[in-house]
Amino acid sequence: MTARPDEIQPPQPPPLLQWMRENLFSTWYNAVLTLASLAVIYLTVTALARWVVFTADWRPVTQNFLLFMVGQYPRDQLWRIGASIAILSLLLGSSWAIWGATLRTFGITLASMYVLVAILPFKSVTPAMRVFMLANPALIYLTYWLAKRFHWSSRPLLIGWIISAVMVWFLLRGLGVGGFLPPVPIGNWGGLLVTVLLAVAGILLSFPIGVLLALARRSSLPVLSVFSTIFIELIRGVPLISILFLFSLIVPLFLPPDVRFDRLLRALVAMTVFSAAYMAENVRGGLQSIPSGQIQAARAVGLSNFHTTMLIVLPQALRKVIPVIVGQFITLFKDTTLASGVAVLEILSIARSVLQGTPEYLRLQAEVYVFIAAIFWIFSYSMSVASRRIETQLGVGQR
Amino acid sequence: MSDSTTPASGDGLIIQCRGVHKWFGSFHALRGIDMDVEKGEVVVIFGPSGSGKSTFIRTINRLEEHQQGQIVVDGIELTHDVRNIAAIRSEIGMVFQQFNLFPHLTVLQNVSLAPIWVRKWPKDKAESVARELLERVGIPEQADKFPGQLSGGQQQRVAIARALAMQPKIMLFDEPTSALDPEMIKEVLDVMISLAESGMTMLVVTHEMGFARAVADRMYFFDEGLVVETGTPDDIFHNPQQDRTKLFLSQILSH
Repeated sequence: MTARPDEIQPPQPPPLLQWMRENLFSTWYNAVLTLASLAVIYLTVTALARWVVFTADWRPVTQNFLLFMVGQYPRDQLWRIGASIAILSLLLGSSWAIWGATLRTFGITLASMYVLVAILPFKSVTPAMRVFMLANPALIYLTYWLAKRFHWSSRPLLIGWIISAVMVWFLLRGLGVGGFLPPVPIGNWGGLLVTVLLAVAGILLSFPIGVLLALARRSSLPVLSVFSTIFIELIRGVPLISILFLFSLIVPLFLPPDVRFDRLLRALVAMTVFSAAYMAENVRGGLQSIPSGQIQAARAVGLSNFHTTMLIVLPQALRKVIPVIVGQFITLFKDTTLASGVAVLEILSIARSVLQGTPEYLRLQAEVYVFIAAIFWIFSYSMSVASRRIETQLGVGQR
Repeated sequence: MSDSTTPASGDGLIIQCRGVHKWFGSFHALRGIDMDVEKGEVVVIFGPSGSGKSTFIRTINRLEEHQQGQIVVDGIELTHDVRNIAAIRSEIGMVFQQFNLFPHLTVLQNVSLAPIWVRKWPKDKAESVARELLERVGIPEQADKFPGQLSGGQQQRVAIARALAMQPKIMLFDEPTSALDPEMIKEVLDVMISLAESGMTMLVVTHEMGFARAVADRMYFFDEGLVVETGTPDDIFHNPQQDRTKLFLSQILSH
């Protein structure tokens, strides 16, 4: 007897043991491969764990932890960095509540890093700093809860981010006058602080510039498209390091002597210009994938060229290239290390100076570089996860 | 025969085309089209593919530029003047073969977008008008879905509502049912028929001869960039004058 169609159940996923038999041990060579892989994973993980816990000598990291984080930022002014971190936590929590899972990724990443800073035996991290670091995850969650509870809306939050960015800049840089907030020369900033600032500012600046370049390249005005094409192709044909040198050594020669332009800012301009050229090509790929029917439909209902671009073309084009754009962000983040070549004290150059500064550390290079790599991996991976979250939120690849 | 085959004259004219030419590179797509349309008329344009019928209705809202001749819509001549083009487009709604809905916006946003950004209506007003229009085309319950979640027939009805949202004086239809599955053609044609009955001026490129018989005031047969024959549906179906018209009709009516 056959079951009636409405009695048939959809197939259930198989139980674990059956799944393993079907997928891991289906044939003798599959079983061999499974066991061999398990052995390799076991040996690698245990060896690594043993090295991290017992063999490695983490003194260069633990004893210079603050140097790695903030460089030569005056130790009596560290509260200003703390205040910036707190502002970030407040914004992150409320953004997570309002804009969803994408921001949660960053919230969780940062919160776990704060906890690590609080509990790991880093020298020169005072008990007060540890308590502060532990307070930040709570701050993130507090604003998350408040924003959910009282239905904060998204426009004030956006304004909050913009105002905070300006505030953090003046907080870190200092005001010119008065005893409160004495200026801290940018030359004293260093470590992860500079790495993150370079990356964040580079991303925020290169994205809109890249979009404008992409639009200009496809413009029907020959002046715009020719200029933009030449710019993009020139920049893309040159290694980043040479652009960094160009901006930090050669550009100042052409500026009047009284215009002083900090190294860090010169590096930032170079990275932005470089990244914008790549961004432009990524965005152009998205623009080209928009069917011409979309533009015709927008024109037919009377939308101006500007509105057609902003409301119809760009939203669809950017959505299609989110993975590539985030890939570009990650590249830019890692490329900040190249700025060490032009005497910007980002985290890698701090690592070098720590290793060279103390003779007994010279044999501890592995520890230091593993530490740096771990930091880069955590940030890059969280960006990668966030990108997937954005894609699910926007429904990319589901249609 | 009927005097409606000669270009109508008088103050009721809303579209006047004189000697319209269009080239794509060296290909002569439109070779001197004359057409006059009065307010409230329903004009059906048909002909073999490549005959220039789609190109022609696209010149009327200037999605294609004509290179010779004159097109006057509601007293405004189509020139390179950007203000003229904007003024014309806000008076003409267009429905495409491939729907061309905006996939990243909901149905309601698709319909209310142009009133908000072009007419500068407040969002509430634009949305309530959009809901009324969705009611009129028979799919009020789909307002918050995305186009990708709708059937072809529903999408095309949204496209009609989107065009109507700008309160146009003229509606252009470019093969509105050609991309639809057979069972969905009727729901779209029904909306178009009720629109025609409400007095809308319509230019429809279609091979749906049933629709033409039911609501067309005049028909134009296009071939190779020229108007081969024009007349009322009665003339065209029962007394075609040109051999090419007879041949084409026998081909599309035979099955």
